[in-house]
Amino acid sequence: MLQIIVALLAGLVFGIGLIVSGMVNPAKVIGFLDVAGDWDPTLALVMGGALAVSIPCFRWARGRERPIWSSKFQWPSKQDLDARLLSGAAIFGIGWGLAGICPGPAITALNSGLLPVLLFVGAMLAGSALYQFTLGREG
Amino acid sequence: MVAFTPVSGLLGGLIIGLATSLLFIGTGRIAGISGIIGGALAPRRGETAWRLAFLIGLFAAGLGWNILGGGFTVELQASTPVMLLAGLLVGFGTRLGSGCTSGHGICGIGRLSPRSITATVVFMVSAGITVFVTRHLVGG
Repeated sequence: MLQIIVALLAGLVFGIGLIVSGMVNPAKVIGFLDVAGDWDPTLALVMGGALAVSIPCFRWARGRERPIWSSKFQWPSKQDLDARLLSGAAIFGIGWGLAGICPGPAITALNSGLLPVLLFVGAMLAGSALYQFTLGREG
Repeated sequence: MVAFTPVSGLLGGLIIGLATSLLFIGTGRIAGISGIIGGALAPRRGETAWRLAFLIGLFAAGLGWNILGGGFTVELQASTPVMLLAGLLVGFGTRLGSGCTSGHGICGIGRLSPRSITATVVFMVSAGITVFVTRHLVGG
């Protein structure tokens, strides 16, 4: 139960961070990706700020046996730089560049009440499910 | 035209870092949102409730912010058909590539994982090229 409350809280704090940083606004994201246009470096500072906390946190976690409210750390196990990683990242990048929205901001931005955001999230779930029923079966 | 907002950007980034750290140190789970969504679509015992809770929190942040009168700007950058295509590509690509901006970009680089650093470079370059093509080559 405690894990669920912590996850809820983490999601809430994450969403607040997306709003405060402006990353919930696709115009800010495209402004960063558009290096040949009127470049807005904000996204780099958002990542820098997030990493300034997460790098020391993960480093600290390495020396610990277990998380506070769970039995073990679920460290990602994959190590290889394979075709799936590279092609998946490239495909994601195309979608991200087209809309200026990635999965986290999409969920928070649902509250904008804009129908295209809802359609984006629906399509994103469909894309995720499509993976699950095709390539996801093999791996 | 969007203005550079370094202070709110850095502050928001620190808050995001805090959220990923809270989830990992508290529960041992990685705050990778595409993975959380994917996992919620394919329920596994003991791994579904926390994922749904995280997504509810993420949604509630926007809802609460609106209710408390904060309000936030969402300026759409694409037509509805393009939004649909983009959503499909984001959903499929993040699953195939095992992560998105949060999972690879913040948690993965946070662990100094070469795999996540590579993925982040690839999706940043791919998105940059996409924006260059759509904004400067066609239409503009």
